[in-house]
Amino acid sequence: MIARLRQFCAFWYDFVIGDDWRVAVGVVVALGATYGLHRASVPSWWVVPAAVVLLLPYSLWRASRPKSPQSRKS
Amino acid sequence: MSGGALFLAVFLACTVEAVEATTIVLAAGTARDWRSALYGLLAGLVTLAVLIGALGPAVSAVPLHALRLVVGGLLLVFGLQWLRKAILRASGYKALHDEEQIYADELAAAQAVPRERRGAVTDWYAFTLAFKGVVLEGLEVVFIVLTFGANDHNLPLAALAAGAAVIVVALAGIAVRAPLARVPENSMKFVVGVMLTGFGTFWGAEGAGAHWPGSDAALPVVVGAVAVFAFALVAALRRGRTATQATAELVVTR
Repeated sequence: MIARLRQFCAFWYDFVIGDDWRVAVGVVVALGATYGLHRASVPSWWVVPAAVVLLLPYSLWRASRPKSPQSRKS
Repeated sequence: MSGGALFLAVFLACTVEAVEATTIVLAAGTARDWRSALYGLLAGLVTLAVLIGALGPAVSAVPLHALRLVVGGLLLVFGLQWLRKAILRASGYKALHDEEQIYADELAAAQAVPRERRGAVTDWYAFTLAFKGVVLEGLEVVFIVLTFGANDHNLPLAALAAGAAVIVVALAGIAVRAPLARVPENSMKFVVGVMLTGFGTFWGAEGAGAHWPGSDAALPVVVGAVAVFAFALVAALRRGRTATQATAELVVTR
């Protein structure tokens, strides 16, 4: 039962979050910041595009950098 | 958003997923039993259609701002995932999606399992393999159909685009009876990643209260900017990869 539940949760995690959880967290933070700025009557349309400009290269950099011998073993 | 853009986004996303599902169904049919694989395919398609039919009205009833915040955020996460993989593939850091290799792997795995009959299904393994392939590959499409359709108040057009893609790919699969390796799947994934990221950025920000300069006219600008940025990232990664390889060769020759 627990194994099935774990499998179920793993499927949805993989489906929604995918390979890099930092991207999902970054998107949530960006949307929260947009809402916060909007509530403070500050123009906020630029926050999400700025998050994309930061998150995508960061995630790509993490995926493309050479793996250290220790991380290869694990 | 114009009907054409909605149709194109859903059609492309659905085609990509349908090609992957077709590969699995073909493997199940070829290695095991065609009738059971087709039952699995039909059961999977019915499940996806029921999901769209059941969730469609519910999603459409959600207030537009809340809908745009949630689905914009999810589309953005999905889009960045697709785009990340597509950029890594285009720059050589990740192997290209190879339907022929996937087909061969699925075929080998399917041939190793003994046959088991359940009710009208003569080969349960072929049925479940095809069913799972269709449902799992189709879930993202269901989400895209629902979100794009609900956001644009045009669920029927989104469902039509998805249905058209499934029919086109299914006919192609039946015609060649082989993995659809000639479909430019990697390029299509790149385009879908750009569109999902662009739409997700626009709707997510709007749902969180932002007002875009130029209102709806900003949407094509955002999608175009995402495309240019993605191409620039591919070029930068390719340059980085070439430089790393050149350095490695220099070290080896020394």
